[in-house]
Amino acid sequence: MKRLLLAGVGLFAASLLPAASHAQGTVKIGLILPYSGQFADTATQIDDGIKLYLKQHGNKLGGMNVEIVRKDTGGINPPVAKRLAEELVTRDNVDILAGFALTPNALAAAEVSAQAKKFMVVMNAATAIITTKSPYMARTSFTVPQVNETLATWAEKNGDKSAYTMVTDYGPGIDAETAFQKAFSAAGGSVVGSVRMAVQNPDFSAYVQRAKDLNPQSIFVMIPGGSQPGAFGKAMAERGIDPRKTEVLGQAEIADEHALASMGDVAEGIITSGNYDYNLDNPMNKEFVKDYNADYNRNPDFFSVGGYDGTHLIDIALTKDGGKTDGDSLIAAAKGASWDSPRGPMSIDPETRDVIETVYIRKVEKVNDKLVNVTIASFPNVKDPFKAAMQK
Amino acid sequence: MLPPIFGVLFDGFAYGMLLFLLSVGQSVTLGMMNFINLAHCSFAMLGGYMTVALMTHYGWPFFATLPCAFIVAAVVSVGFERLFYRRLYRASDLDQVLLTIGIVFISVAVAAYIFGTEQKPLPLPEYLRSSLTFLGLRFAVYRLIMIAIALAITALLVLTVEYTRFGARVRAAVDNERMARGLGIDVDRTFAITFALGSGLAGLGGALAVEIVGLDPSFALTYLVYVLIVVSVGGLGSISGSFVAAALLGISDVAGKYYVPAIGAFLIYLVMIVLLMWRPRGLFGRR
Repeated sequence: MKRLLLAGVGLFAASLLPAASHAQGTVKIGLILPYSGQFADTATQIDDGIKLYLKQHGNKLGGMNVEIVRKDTGGINPPVAKRLAEELVTRDNVDILAGFALTPNALAAAEVSAQAKKFMVVMNAATAIITTKSPYMARTSFTVPQVNETLATWAEKNGDKSAYTMVTDYGPGIDAETAFQKAFSAAGGSVVGSVRMAVQNPDFSAYVQRAKDLNPQSIFVMIPGGSQPGAFGKAMAERGIDPRKTEVLGQAEIADEHALASMGDVAEGIITSGNYDYNLDNPMNKEFVKDYNADYNRNPDFFSVGGYDGTHLIDIALTKDGGKTDGDSLIAAAKGASWDSPRGPMSIDPETRDVIETVYIRKVEKVNDKLVNVTIASFPNVKDPFKAAMQK
Repeated sequence: MLPPIFGVLFDGFAYGMLLFLLSVGQSVTLGMMNFINLAHCSFAMLGGYMTVALMTHYGWPFFATLPCAFIVAAVVSVGFERLFYRRLYRASDLDQVLLTIGIVFISVAVAAYIFGTEQKPLPLPEYLRSSLTFLGLRFAVYRLIMIAIALAITALLVLTVEYTRFGARVRAAVDNERMARGLGIDVDRTFAITFALGSGLAGLGGALAVEIVGLDPSFALTYLVYVLIVVSVGGLGSISGSFVAAALLGISDVAGKYYVPAIGAFLIYLVMIVLLMWRPRGLFGRR
């Protein structure tokens, strides 16, 4: 027992020492992602985004060689994420923590980042409060209120006066429900009802039938990507809800490429809000999609750009602070960083360390016999409204 | 015009039949052979990938892929049965669980390696995705077909097990293996065929479920819980028990989500607990 205690004290002391054991000019990044389990595909896309950025830049960030240590959380698993972050910091001596597809895991690792003073880049997890949990954290994805409040306000301005909200009963779902309802009511619309749906839910017929009974002008949906959007689309088709008549609104997941393929023509007319789509019409994105396809044989999605831009941010920060790898220098350099991404111009808010970017409203249309998201409105430089409200 | 309760009943029954199709193979392996096969949904996943691959890469029509899903899952499972399973027929429950959960994890990794981690859509023709309107209610064509297939499988299995020579051999072999061998029954072959039947049914169920629940490598784990619930509520060793249990669970799940969505997610487990407290051996359990 005594020896164990001593070892623990030793480890703790070691973690307080500045990481002096690095080879000159190498930056070590610890990636924490759910490489296996239900969210494996999210991890794959983020990881491929990171790999592509590194490949395009000769495997160097800010002129330094890059060494990546990958850790698998296996899904939503905060204690494991925290332990992995601790191991990365104390045993592997990483300089930067990155990845983080899922909110609970990001929150757990944030404590480690704050205590060990390590720069942490959140490449996907989208709950608004995450970035408040460590002063060394920046985010390159989006926040749930950022896209959903924009969507709600837009929908009300464009003639939707009544809405029914359907969200999955988990963190991001409840976040989205709150954001949408708040912004929709503030704009003057009325929310006629809402439902929180089971997380494990292979069949949506009962929930969709309830929505149909109320006959609202629009239905807002927030469900996790993966198998559920397809199932939701089919339930809609079976109940006879036509997105071209009853407006169906949601976050990017419900109309991503795979969801559209599995829903088929019933998806036509669905309106989503998001920060990226592989069809975005700008030269940089065209190049990005081409390179991504060449290496990974599929289209990038918003997860991929989260990883790609997260790596880009690390690159910018290391360049700006002259290769210093401590948390204080890196976060100072990251604040206010701005760059061009395949998603359009973006930057890091110097006050909140959160992402500022264009939010696109897209509609599913059939172009050349293929269902795609067509941009119908775009809002540049949107900040996270949740933290803006917190500061007031 | 029919009141909405009929719609709820239909949807619930259809959902129950989906659960039944996924778990009927398990009520053969776990229920009849008494082998705890957690890898059941891995064989279902194999059937699902078979159907998707044949349709997207070779342009086969949906219904032609179904027998293939059955046969491939059955053939692969015989390989596993000869190599691994048969060594553990008389082993403890824990050994069986450890072996099969290992197979589940391996199958998840292999599926991710071969097919990738993304969702695989099933390119069904439009007529299968349409619905019929009858007395003011909409009935989805695909759900009607699922119900028909589930009923046909139940009838066939019950007849096979209860009234054929093969069924009698299986029951004899499970109940008293030594005696069965003594009577000249080829127990090894009987078990191999029964296991293949169970896994083939898993493959078929998986293929039919893809359209509703989607398909990615986590399929092998995600739906395992539902399968175990259906088989244990139905009662070990009873095909018709699984059928009734699936219908009951499906209807209560859909009705719960429709009328009281706040607790809808828990209702299926609540029903399971109540039913198992009332009948610990399941509705039609014999053992």
